[in-house]
Amino acid sequence: MSEAIAVEQWVRVARVEDFPSNAGACVKLGDEQIAVFNFASYRDWYACQNMCPHKRDMVLSRGLIGDQEGTPKVACPQHKKTFSLIDGRNLAGEEYSINIYPVKVEQGFVYIGAGSASN
Amino acid sequence: MPRQIDDAASSLLVEEMEALGVEVLLGKGAQRFLGDDKVTAVSFGGEDERAFDMVVISTGIRPRDELARECGLAIGERGGVVVNDALTTNDPHIYAIGEVALHRGIIYGLVAPGYDMAAILAERLCGPENPVFTSGDFSTKLKLMGVDVANFGDAFGETPGSRVIYFHSDVARVYKRLTVSGEHLLGGMLVGDASEYNHFLQMVKNKTPLPGDPHELLLGASNGKAVGLNPQDLPDDAQICSCNNVAKGALVRAVAEGYTQLGPLKDATRAGTGCGGCIPLVTDILNAELTAQGLEVNTHLCEHFAYSRQELFQIVKINRVKHYGDLLARYGQGHGCEICKPAVASILASTWNDLILEQEELQDTNDRFLANIQRGGTYSVIPRVPGGEITPAKLIVLGQVAQKYDLYCKITGGQRVDLLGARVNQLPFIWEELIAAGFESGHAYGKALRTVKSCVGTTWCRYAVQDSTDFAIRIEERYRGIRAPHKIKAACSGCVRECAEAQGKDFGLVATEKGWNLYVCGNGGAKPQHGVLLAADLDEETCTKYIDRFLMYYIHTADKLTRTATWFNQLEGGIEYLRRVIIDDHLGICAQLEEDMAHLVATYQCEWKAVVEDPERRKRFRHFVNSDDEDDNLQWTHEREQKRPVNWEIVA
Repeated sequence: MSEAIAVEQWVRVARVEDFPSNAGACVKLGDEQIAVFNFASYRDWYACQNMCPHKRDMVLSRGLIGDQEGTPKVACPQHKKTFSLIDGRNLAGEEYSINIYPVKVEQGFVYIGAGSASN
Repeated sequence: MPRQIDDAASSLLVEEMEALGVEVLLGKGAQRFLGDDKVTAVSFGGEDERAFDMVVISTGIRPRDELARECGLAIGERGGVVVNDALTTNDPHIYAIGEVALHRGIIYGLVAPGYDMAAILAERLCGPENPVFTSGDFSTKLKLMGVDVANFGDAFGETPGSRVIYFHSDVARVYKRLTVSGEHLLGGMLVGDASEYNHFLQMVKNKTPLPGDPHELLLGASNGKAVGLNPQDLPDDAQICSCNNVAKGALVRAVAEGYTQLGPLKDATRAGTGCGGCIPLVTDILNAELTAQGLEVNTHLCEHFAYSRQELFQIVKINRVKHYGDLLARYGQGHGCEICKPAVASILASTWNDLILEQEELQDTNDRFLANIQRGGTYSVIPRVPGGEITPAKLIVLGQVAQKYDLYCKITGGQRVDLLGARVNQLPFIWEELIAAGFESGHAYGKALRTVKSCVGTTWCRYAVQDSTDFAIRIEERYRGIRAPHKIKAACSGCVRECAEAQGKDFGLVATEKGWNLYVCGNGGAKPQHGVLLAADLDEETCTKYIDRFLMYYIHTADKLTRTATWFNQLEGGIEYLRRVIIDDHLGICAQLEEDMAHLVATYQCEWKAVVEDPERRKRFRHFVNSDDEDDNLQWTHEREQKRPVNWEIVA
C-alpha cells in the first residue's frame, strides 16, 4: 500500500471473507467500480479501477494476479494487458494506466481510501 | 487481373469459381445496358446479349481528390492528384501520397506502396537524403470468392535471364509459379494456396540465397516444410514487424542486450505487438540468436518456474504435488503470474482431476466462472450435447432458458448451442435450470475435450457403414472434461465421405467396412492441418485403447498451450515414432498411460453441478461483493432480432 496518498475518508466496503484469497473481487463505491485483491502471498491488499483502459470493460477484478520481478500486478482477463498494483502503469510500457486506491483491513473489514485516487 | 496472374492460373481460378456455381464470361466488353425502367440485359456488341436482373459494376478505386480540385491542383484525366517522383504536386509546397496520388499514370490501390511513399516523403521532409519514388510494389495477397490469389515481385519472369518454376496440381487445386535468377527468388504467383506468400516475399525483398535445387521451394512447400528462409540468412535491415517497422537488426541487438525471452523482447522492440502476425518469425530469430550466442533456448514456463511444462508435469506427478502453493514454494519463486498459474492448474487437473474451483485463484476467468468471457465482460454458456445428438425436449429447454435470460443464440461448429450474453450473477441460475433438464457442463471454457462431432451414421444414412453417432457419444462421454495442454476436438464419421470432418480434428474416426480408421493430430484454426492415419480397421475396444494412450502421451509431453498438430510437428520421428510409442509400446509406458486415463475417466464430475449445489461457491458468482447491483457499464444493441453488445470503441 502506498503511504504517500492523503486519504480523505476510509469507506468500509465488505468483510474479509467476502474476498477470495490470492484473487480479486469487485466492490461498488458510489457510482465507481473498484477491483480489490487479497494478495495473501504478499500478506497485503491492493485496489484499482475495475475498468481495463484497453477496451473499457469492467473486468480487472476477474484478472489473475501475480508479480513481475517483485512488482504485484493484475492481468486483464480479456487480452492479458498487465498493470502494476503499486503505481497503475502498464507493465509492457503501453500508454494507458489504471487508478490505484489505498486499502486497509481492520477488525475483519476491508476499507477503501476514497476521494484520493492516485494518477 | 491480367496484370496479376497468367493463363494457367486464370483457368484454375475460373474453374474454382464455376465450382461455386458462378458462370464466368471472359473476353467480353459490355457495350450497353438494355431496359426501360431497370436493367434487363447487357449488350456485348452486335447480336451478343444476355439477360440480367441486376448489374454490379466493379471498376477499381476512385481517388477522393475533391480537396485538391478545389485547391486547383493538377488532376489526372480519370482523377488522382498528379505527383512527380518527389511526390510533389504541381504546387511545390503540397505533397500527395497513398491512394489519392497519381504517379506516372498509376494509382496504387494497395497498402504497401502507400507505406513506401510515406517513408520516402518523411525522409525528404526531415532527413538529409532526398530519395525518390519510382515505382510501387504490386505484391498482393487476397481471397477471390474464397480462393487464395497472390502475386509478388517479378511474377511474369520479365527480368532478363530469369527462369521459371511451375507447380500445378489439378488434384489439390493449386497453381504456383516462381521466377528465379541464378541465386535469388525474383517473384511469383500463387493460386489456390497462398500460405507461403509472406515467406516468399521475404525471400524476394531480402535477396535470400536459393536452396541448391530451387524447385525445393515449391516441392518442399507442398510437403508443408519451409525451405529457404532461414532466419540467419535475413539481412539486418529486413523488416520483420511491418506494423511497428521493426527490423531484424533491432531484434538481434535486443537479444544481445539480454532480452532473451519472447515477452520482454516484444516489449523492448515493439515487434509483434500490432497484429501479431510476425510472432512466429520473431520467435525463430530469437531462438536462432540464442543458439548462435551459445545460450540455451529458454523453455522456462515463466520467471517463477525455471522448468518447462513437461518437466513440471513430471515433478507434479512423481512428487505427488497437489497444490500450486506447494509447487511454487518447493520448485519456484515469487508470487506466480497469469502464465504459470493456469499452466500449473491444467497440470494438476490432468494429473489428479480434483475440482478446478478448489484452487479458484489459479484459474483464468473462463475456468474461474466456468463460462467463456465475451466482449463487454459477459459470458457464454455451452452445455454438453454428446455427439451433437439432442432430443426435442432438451432443445426446447435451451430455447426457454435463452428466452428467460434474454441470451443470444448461436449454433457452434461443434454441434451444440451457445447461449451468449449472460451476466456473471446469472450463471448459477441458468445452470440450475439446465442441470434440472439433464444437461451438464460442456467445458467450452476449458483447455479440455470439447466435442466429438458426428454424422448420423447407420442410424439414418443410406451410405454409412458404422454407427458413428453411437460411437461418438460413447467417446465424448469417456473423455468429457479431461484437461490437456490445449483444447481437444474430435469427430466420428460413419463412412469415407467424412461428413463429420474427422481428419481435421485432434483425433478423428472414420468408419470402414471392417471397423474404424483412427486419425490423429489434425487441426482447424489459424493453420489448418490434416490428421495422419495412426491405425486402420480397428475394433472399438482397440480404438479406445489407442486414443487413451495417445491423449495421455500428448498430455504428458506437450508444451503449454500447444495443440496436438503443433506437438506432432515437433515430434522427432513423426508418425512412425508415434506408432511405435502408442501401438508397439516401444517406451514401455502404455500400461501407465492407460492407468492414468482410467483415473481421469473414473473421477469425472460435472463442475457446474458442484457449483449449483454449493451455496458458498454460488456466492462467488456476483459482480459486486458489497451490492446486488449489476454492472451498469454494459451496453446492448439489437441485430437480426437478437441482442448483442455494442462495438468496442477504438481506443488509441
